[in-house]
Amino acid sequence: MFIKIRNLTKIYNNFCAVNKINFQIEKNKTIGLLGPNGCGKTTTIGMMLGLVTPTEGEILIENKSIKSFKRDDILKRFNFASPYVELPKKLTVKQNLEIYGRLYGIKNLNERINEISSDLDIKNFYERKTGELSSGQKNRVSLAKSLINKPEILLLDEPTASLDPDIGDFIRSYIQDYKKNNRVTVLLASHNMSEVERLCDSVIMMRKGKIIDSGSCKDLIKKHGRNNLEETFLKLARSKDEF
Amino acid sequence: MNFNKIYALGLRHLYLIMNSFPRVLDLIYWPTVQIFLWGFISKFFTLNSEYYNNTVGIILTAAILYDFLFRASISFNMMFLEEIWSRNFTNLFIAPIKIREIIAALTITAILRTLIGLIPAVLIAIPLFGVSVLSLGIPLIFLLLSLYLFGVTLGLLVTSGLLRYGPSFENIAWASLFFLAPLGCIYYPIDILPLSLQIIAKGLPLVHIFEEMRSILMNNTVNYFNIFKSISISVMYFIFGVIIFYISYFGAKKRGTLINMGE
Repeated sequence: MFIKIRNLTKIYNNFCAVNKINFQIEKNKTIGLLGPNGCGKTTTIGMMLGLVTPTEGEILIENKSIKSFKRDDILKRFNFASPYVELPKKLTVKQNLEIYGRLYGIKNLNERINEISSDLDIKNFYERKTGELSSGQKNRVSLAKSLINKPEILLLDEPTASLDPDIGDFIRSYIQDYKKNNRVTVLLASHNMSEVERLCDSVIMMRKGKIIDSGSCKDLIKKHGRNNLEETFLKLARSKDEF
Repeated sequence: MNFNKIYALGLRHLYLIMNSFPRVLDLIYWPTVQIFLWGFISKFFTLNSEYYNNTVGIILTAAILYDFLFRASISFNMMFLEEIWSRNFTNLFIAPIKIREIIAALTITAILRTLIGLIPAVLIAIPLFGVSVLSLGIPLIFLLLSLYLFGVTLGLLVTSGLLRYGPSFENIAWASLFFLAPLGCIYYPIDILPLSLQIIAKGLPLVHIFEEMRSILMNNTVNYFNIFKSISISVMYFIFGVIIFYISYFGAKKRGTLINMGE
């Protein structure tokens, strides 16, 4: 197994944000992390990115504890995109990609920037300041930054939140195509159930810091006797039981 | 240390300055106003008494050196705050860059911001008030080094506070230097302070720097031991600042504040 999460726990003062969760992700698979607001998704992502120290438990990458890697060695294998995290607004798109390319130590950086910019169709606003872009354009730039290092592990937090259906579909199609052509393991946190059904091989449902169910979308829909993932999500989010 | 990564982070702040003319203007404006203000005040004294003949040179040199310290500290804080304001904080802290490389990049880039602001002010003082900070000679380099290290240390302590308490600590960033100014003996000798405060003041490098500056300008004598003492004290504070920064960083990871910073 590529990534293993064992008994991962985070307690802030007396509040348990993540409560002894266990899951694993196979290499090159996409896992959806679902759950209502405040269920512990962001804290789990934060712990995987090294931004939050777990209270208990461990994260293993290829059976090695994440703690045993040097900070920069492990982080160059990861990347992350979220509409809630932005790139410096006063810098142009090109400048931002250049800086992050350098921070990730990318060889042939200009070539890589050109490649990713063409793929994500951002070349026509390349020289504009990032803060002047529309949210759809910003999301594409943020995704370009998250793929600049061709990460082995990509963490996406609501990558299509607040986008119009057209741009949202463009991003989803791009992620699907990118996955076909590159070896990448994706953890996707999202509230868009059709997006999760389209992109994820399996999903993990969280509530109040705990994993309440997991499996492939089809299996979960069948198991809970619902018509689609959205209905399944609502049933799980509102129920008091674990499954 | 990976110098490419330090360079990349420096470049981020260089682009920020280059992309915004108002930002450059803001950097130059305040030191220049300071020079005008202190220049005219000192000139006024010389008009009324011969006793103050040398005042313009001493006060303006002190103002320039103090502003150098102030700009170094504020530059360090500002660069860190820029990451919070632009909501880029998470991106920066998940990039494969070591914490010591972030500190090094901020320390090195702060000098650039400081010099952009100060060089025009220094040049204006020469024709306008007949005062050149360069008249301090070679010791000027060491005095600036000591001031710079101490300025960056204050920056480190404020950014540690930002890591610990979040953006609400921002106001302290602006006020930090004014806390120490009275004890720094920038415009007056240490004897002016009450005895109890003199003891505290001697623990700061500022007293030794500004005493030495006055000694060079008034007596034409250089005491390298005093300069060495001020640099040594600054280095000790710098090491302390780095330790506090690391403690705050690990504390912030424990409290989970890094993930919400700037959101």
